[in-house]
Amino acid sequence: MQDNENKSHENDNDEHHLPANGDNGTESHDHDHDHDHDHDHDHVHDHDHDHDHDHAHNHEESFISKYIFSLDHKMIGKQFLLYGLIMFFVGGGLALLFRWQLAYPERPVPIIGASQQYIDDGEVVTAADRMWEKIFDSDKEEWLEVNMPSGVIEPAFYNMLFTMHATIMVFFVVVPILVGAFGNFLIPLMIGTRDMAFPVLNMLSFWLAVLAAIIMTAGFFVPGGHAAAGWTGYAPLSADPQWTGVDWGQNLWAISLLIQGFSSLVGSINYITTVINMRAPGMTFFRLPLVIWSLFIVAILLLLAFPVLSSALALLIFDRLAGTTFFSSTAEGGGDPLLWQHLFWFFGHPEVYILILPGMGIASEILPVFSRKPIFGYHSMVYAMITIAFMGWIVWGHHMFQSGMQPGLGTFFMTTTMLIAVPSAIKTFNWLGTLFRGSIRFTTPMLHGIAFVSMFVIGGLSGIYMANTPVDIYIHDTYYIVAHIHYVVFGGSLFAIFGGIIYWFPKMYGRHMNDTLSKIHFWLTFIAFNCTFFPMHILGVGGHMRRISNPMQYEFLQGFQGINIFITMSAFTLGFAQLILLYNFFWSMARGKVAEKNPWNVTTLEWEAPTPVPHGNFAQIPTVYRGPYEYSVPGEESDWIPQAQPEHAPATGGD
Amino acid sequence: MDIWLPENVSTFGQGVDNLFILIYWITLIAFILVTATLIAFLILYRHRPGHKATYIEGSTKLEITWTTATTVIVFGLALLSYPQWNRIKSPTELPPADVVVEVSAKQFNWDMTYPGPDGEFDTEDDLQLENQLHVPVDKIVHIRLTSVDVIHSFFVPNLRLKQDTLPNRFITVWFEATKPGRFEIPCAELCGFQHSGMLGYLTVHSQADYDAWKAERWPPQ
Repeated sequence: MQDNENKSHENDNDEHHLPANGDNGTESHDHDHDHDHDHDHDHVHDHDHDHDHDHAHNHEESFISKYIFSLDHKMIGKQFLLYGLIMFFVGGGLALLFRWQLAYPERPVPIIGASQQYIDDGEVVTAADRMWEKIFDSDKEEWLEVNMPSGVIEPAFYNMLFTMHATIMVFFVVVPILVGAFGNFLIPLMIGTRDMAFPVLNMLSFWLAVLAAIIMTAGFFVPGGHAAAGWTGYAPLSADPQWTGVDWGQNLWAISLLIQGFSSLVGSINYITTVINMRAPGMTFFRLPLVIWSLFIVAILLLLAFPVLSSALALLIFDRLAGTTFFSSTAEGGGDPLLWQHLFWFFGHPEVYILILPGMGIASEILPVFSRKPIFGYHSMVYAMITIAFMGWIVWGHHMFQSGMQPGLGTFFMTTTMLIAVPSAIKTFNWLGTLFRGSIRFTTPMLHGIAFVSMFVIGGLSGIYMANTPVDIYIHDTYYIVAHIHYVVFGGSLFAIFGGIIYWFPKMYGRHMNDTLSKIHFWLTFIAFNCTFFPMHILGVGGHMRRISNPMQYEFLQGFQGINIFITMSAFTLGFAQLILLYNFFWSMARGKVAEKNPWNVTTLEWEAPTPVPHGNFAQIPTVYRGPYEYSVPGEESDWIPQAQPEHAPATGGD
Repeated sequence: MDIWLPENVSTFGQGVDNLFILIYWITLIAFILVTATLIAFLILYRHRPGHKATYIEGSTKLEITWTTATTVIVFGLALLSYPQWNRIKSPTELPPADVVVEVSAKQFNWDMTYPGPDGEFDTEDDLQLENQLHVPVDKIVHIRLTSVDVIHSFFVPNLRLKQDTLPNRFITVWFEATKPGRFEIPCAELCGFQHSGMLGYLTVHSQADYDAWKAERWPPQ
C-alpha cells in the first residue's frame, strides 16, 4: 500500500508536526516565516494551512527572472551544472592538446596544426582555419604563431595548457558542479524547505562565478599568454613576470580566483545557514541524508579555507603589481617563497576534500537506493566525514615534504596523513557493507556509484605511497601523483557527478536521460579512464616527472614513449565519450522519457516534491518521521518507507 | 621495457625501495581483497525476483574492527618510515662529508661549484661546471643546494634523492653512490618555459678515475 509514492500526508498533517525526538523542531518550525521571497508574494507561509497547490504557477515570471537572474535555488543549481559542463569541455580540450604533445613531441597537432599552411600561404585552407579566422579575425595568425608555430605546441604554451587544465577542472568544473549545482538543487529539496536562506546571495554566487570564468578564459588572449606557473602557482615563478614572461595572464588568474573565492564564500554561508535553520519539522541532524551532511561539511570547509587562498592571492597580486616582496627572498624585503606554499596548501588540502566529500555523499545516496538497503553504519559515515574534514586541516605539509620545509615537520605530516586512511577505509567498508545482502539493481546511476567506490579505493591506496615520506622523496612530482589525483578527482568525484546527474535528472528536468546512451557513456568512460590514468602509475614508478613537455629529452624516459602514446589514445577516447554525455544531456532535456514523481522509489524528501518542481518546491512543507535510508524494513510490504510518511500509515493500521 | 623502479645506486636507496615494495604489497592485497569482495557482493546480491534485501543498519563490532586494523597498519608503516626519512633528510643525522659540491640552480641549468684542493668555497681555485657533477664512488658527498631565481628541484632518480632548491637559501643533502656510472639529474619542479629539458649529469667515478679527473682539473703545481 505504501508503494504509492503519492501517498500524501496532508490529511493528518496537523497532528504530526513534530515527532518526539525533534530536538531542533523549534528552529525548523518557524523557518517559513523568515522566508519572504520578493518574487513569491503569493506564498502561503504557514504550513499548517491547506493552500493552493499551484501557487507557484500563478505568478508570471519574465524570461530574464526565470532563466537568467533567477532566485530559485533549482534554477541556480541548473545554471551551475551547465556552467560546470561547459567548463568541463574547455578543461578537457586543453588536456587533449597537451596529451598530443606528450605522445608526439614536436609534431603538429592535427586539425589545428593544419593552419601551418595558412601561415605559409596566407590563405584559408581548412574548415578549422575558417573557424579560427572567425574567432580571432586578424589576430589569429599572431596568436597561433606565438603559441603553436607550425602547429606545434610551444613549451611556454604547454605550461599554460596544463596550468589552465588543472585550474579549470578544480575551480570551474568539480567545485561548481558538486557544490554549486548539487548543493543548490539538493539542499532545500532534501531538507524540506522552499528555497535557500539567502536567494539573492545565491544568485550573486552564480554570477560572480560567471565573471570569474570570463576573466579566467580571457587570460589566454592577453599579450604574454596565460598563467604558466601550474595550478599551484608556486612563487617566485608566479610572483615575478620576468621568470615566465607571463604578465597579465597570471594577474587575471589571481583576480579570477579571488572572485571565485567570493562566489564560494557567499554560497557556503548560504548553505550553512540553510541547513542549520531551515530543516523541515522532524528533520533532525541525524536524519539528514548523507549527501546533505557532505555538502554541509564542505560548506564549512569552503568558508574557512577559501579566505586563506584569497589572502595568498592578494599578496601575490601585491608582489606582481605593487612591488612588494612577500614571496621573494632574493629581493630585499625578507619574503619567503615557502610562505606561498604554506598558504596555498593550507587552503589546498581542505580543497581536495571539498572535491571528494560531496562525491562520497552522492555515492552514499545511490548505493542504498539501488541495493534497497539502509546505508551501512550511518553514524560512522557521518563521523568519518567529520574526521576527514578536521584532519584535512593538519595535513597540508605533505605537499611540501621535499620543499625545504624542516624535515621534522615531514614526520608529523606523514603521521597525520597516514591517519586519514582510517576514516577513508571506514567509508569504503561501509559502502561494501551496504551492498552486503542487498538486492542490487544495476541501473546506470548505480554503475557510476560502484565505479566511484572502486576508483576511490585505487586513489586512496595510491595516496599511501605519497604520504610515506621516504617513498615520496622518489615519487614526488612524478606521474604517480598525477595518477593519484585523477583517480580521486576523476575516478572519484566525476563518476559521482555523472551518477548524480543521471540519478537526479528526472527531478531536475522532468525527464529521464536516455539509458542506452548513458550506459555506452559509462562503459566507454570507465574503460578509457582506466586506460588513461592507470599507466601513469607505471610512468611515476619509472621516475617520469610531471609538467615536462617532452619526455624524449631524457635518456631514462626513452622507454616510456609507447605508454605515453597509449595514454594519449585513451585520453582522446575518454574525451570522445564525454561528447555522448553532452549529447544525451541536451537531447534528454527536450526529448527524454517523461519521468514520474519518484521513478527510483527513493525515501528522501526531494522525491516528495512534484515533477517538475515548482517554485517553492512543496505544496506543503513535509514533516519528517524517520531516517533517510528505510529500505526493506522487516514486516513492511513495500521495500521503502519515505521519510515523510507518518509513523502509522492508515493502511497498516496502528494504535 | 622496464616498468619498475630504475636501478638504485645509493646507500639509502635500498631503504626507500624496501618501503615502496612493502607498501606495494600492502596496497595490492588491500585492493584485491576489497575488489574481490565488491565483485562477489555484486554477483551474490544482484536483484532476483522474490529475493528481498536484508535490513541491516550496521555493526559496531565491525566498525571497531576495521578502524583498529587500519590504524594499526598505518601507524606501523609510519613507524617503519621514520628512521629512513631521518637518515636521508634530517639535518642532525647528516654523516660527515668526504666531498662537498655546491649546486646552484638557475633557469635552466645546474651550476656545479667545486671547492678545489683547499676545500673552501669562494676561493680562487674554485671550479664551476655547468650541468656536470663529478663525485667518487663509496664516499659521502654533500650537495649544498641553492637557486638564483625560482624554485627548482634536484632529482637524481637512481639515487632516490630529490630536494627542492630555494633562492637565497642553502639546503644540504647527502648521498653515497655505490656504483660508478653516469646518471641524469632532471629538474623536477616546474621552473619556467624550458623546465622540460633542464638536465644535468652525475658522473660517479671509481676512486682512481676520480683522482685522475681531479688531477686534470687542478694540475699539481
